[in-house]
Amino acid sequence: MAGYISIKNLQKYYGTFHALKGIDLEIAQGEVVCVIGPSGSGKSTLIRCINRLEPFSNDSAITVDGVPVVPGRSLAKVRAEVGMVFQNFNLFPHLTVRENIMLAPRRVRGTPRAEAQGLADRLLARVGLSEQGDKYPSGLSGGQQQRVAIARALAMEPQVLLFDEPTSALDPEMVGEVLDVMRDLARTGVTMVVVTHEMGFARQVADRVIFMDGGAVVEAAPPETLFSAPVEQRTRNFLHAVLDH
Amino acid sequence: MDLFETFLNFDVLARTWPMLVKGLWLTLKLGVASILAGLVLGLILCLTRLYAIAPLRWLTRAYIDIFRSIPLLVLLIVVYYALPFVGVRLSAFVSAMAALTLVSGAYTAEIFRAGIEAVPKGQFEASAALGLNHRQTMTDVILPQSIRVVIPPLTNNSINVIKDTALASVVAMPDLLKQATQAQALTANPTPLIGAAAIYLAFLLPAVLLVSRLERRMNRGQV
Ligand SMILES: Nc1ncnc2c1ncn2[C@@H]1O[C@H](COP(=O)(O)OP(=O)(O)OP(=O)(O)O)[C@@H](O)[C@H]1O
Ligand SMILES: [Mg+2]
Repeated sequence: MAGYISIKNLQKYYGTFHALKGIDLEIAQGEVVCVIGPSGSGKSTLIRCINRLEPFSNDSAITVDGVPVVPGRSLAKVRAEVGMVFQNFNLFPHLTVRENIMLAPRRVRGTPRAEAQGLADRLLARVGLSEQGDKYPSGLSGGQQQRVAIARALAMEPQVLLFDEPTSALDPEMVGEVLDVMRDLARTGVTMVVVTHEMGFARQVADRVIFMDGGAVVEAAPPETLFSAPVEQRTRNFLHAVLDH
Repeated sequence: MDLFETFLNFDVLARTWPMLVKGLWLTLKLGVASILAGLVLGLILCLTRLYAIAPLRWLTRAYIDIFRSIPLLVLLIVVYYALPFVGVRLSAFVSAMAALTLVSGAYTAEIFRAGIEAVPKGQFEASAALGLNHRQTMTDVILPQSIRVVIPPLTNNSINVIKDTALASVVAMPDLLKQATQAQALTANPTPLIGAAAIYLAFLLPAVLLVSRLERRMNRGQV
């Protein structure tokens, strides 16, 4: 059965470097998938192909809700449905927190200002930042900025959320507040693909964990299986290295 | 002979002052018009150079390099004295404004490009991921952030344009310098030239100091 996100034979080259070597992956609607793996294994590249921040070769095929991720109108449709949260937040520094959240609904959906404002305030409340709407991003802590970035992505009411190491740039004491928000999101039925080094989060929240190495998916299984009984030697080595450091 | 009588003759200055003011007015008109037109041209050139299809990108790139290399005086003389041979006869003001704008546009394009390239890649990616199209990304996200980076070099370029307006006197445009040389001829006294130099300084020195202050502020790191 084709998944909500369907990835077939995904090949990605950076120049001559073969970064993704034929990835096949089907992700169901509402599924929470965590992607783990060593540095340089292609995790970011994989999720950045899903909304085509990275172009990929023509013999590869990705569809989201049946819509092919190819340049043009259908890509615009996909991007309106797929939200993304980055390691470095990438908030718009010249806009207030509220304006950051309002921008895409206003421009892409044509939502009236007052309505977008209401939406922004509801989303800020949802990520626990009701009082911060008038501030600029630079006035917030890292954890708060990342929660704003999540609210900004949610403003487009996406069916899919992509996270690329959302807590890796945070001071340790702020990791928890961001993971809490993500945990709540996972319960709402939105499809999530999360690249993370937070094994605890993956174990608790993921429906399926994907281990990547060398540009390929080595092993994919529910967390209880993958963490306690990995099949592949490479998975075992990786887990051994990250779990008892 | 008394130096003051020669170079700072208040009587001569008072008599020729109206001429200088008329020249100043024309200089400012020419300068401001060329700066504004150069900004528009520069923005168009910059966006074309960065985002248009390949042949247009090469063309704008060639344009920018050529017009940054050609001496303004040469360009001005070509526009004013050579174009009439192919039937294009422009007034002194339009010739000067065209030459200043063509060159200022090339410099401005490079300034805008540096401003856009100073915006981190993540800002483009966040915009794309949200579904903003290219135009929305530029107007709502990238250009507002570039503005702060480009203000000091743009001010610098504007100073250069105002200074270069003095070249218009060679095509007989009665700008500040031309008026001053004529006043000098009329009164057989160089004081009007000193007066003109002082007027240029009065306008441009504060602008130069402003740029230094802006640059120091940017270097302290709030971009
Ligand atoms: N823009 C690029 N140009 C060239 N090579 C790249 C580029 N981006 C990534 N790569 C290479 O592709 C490979 C996969 O990179 P990717 O960023 O997807 O890895 P990752 O699994 O996300 O690693 P990390 O955990 O360090 O974020 C790496 O070897 C990287 O050096
Ligand atoms: Mg990565």
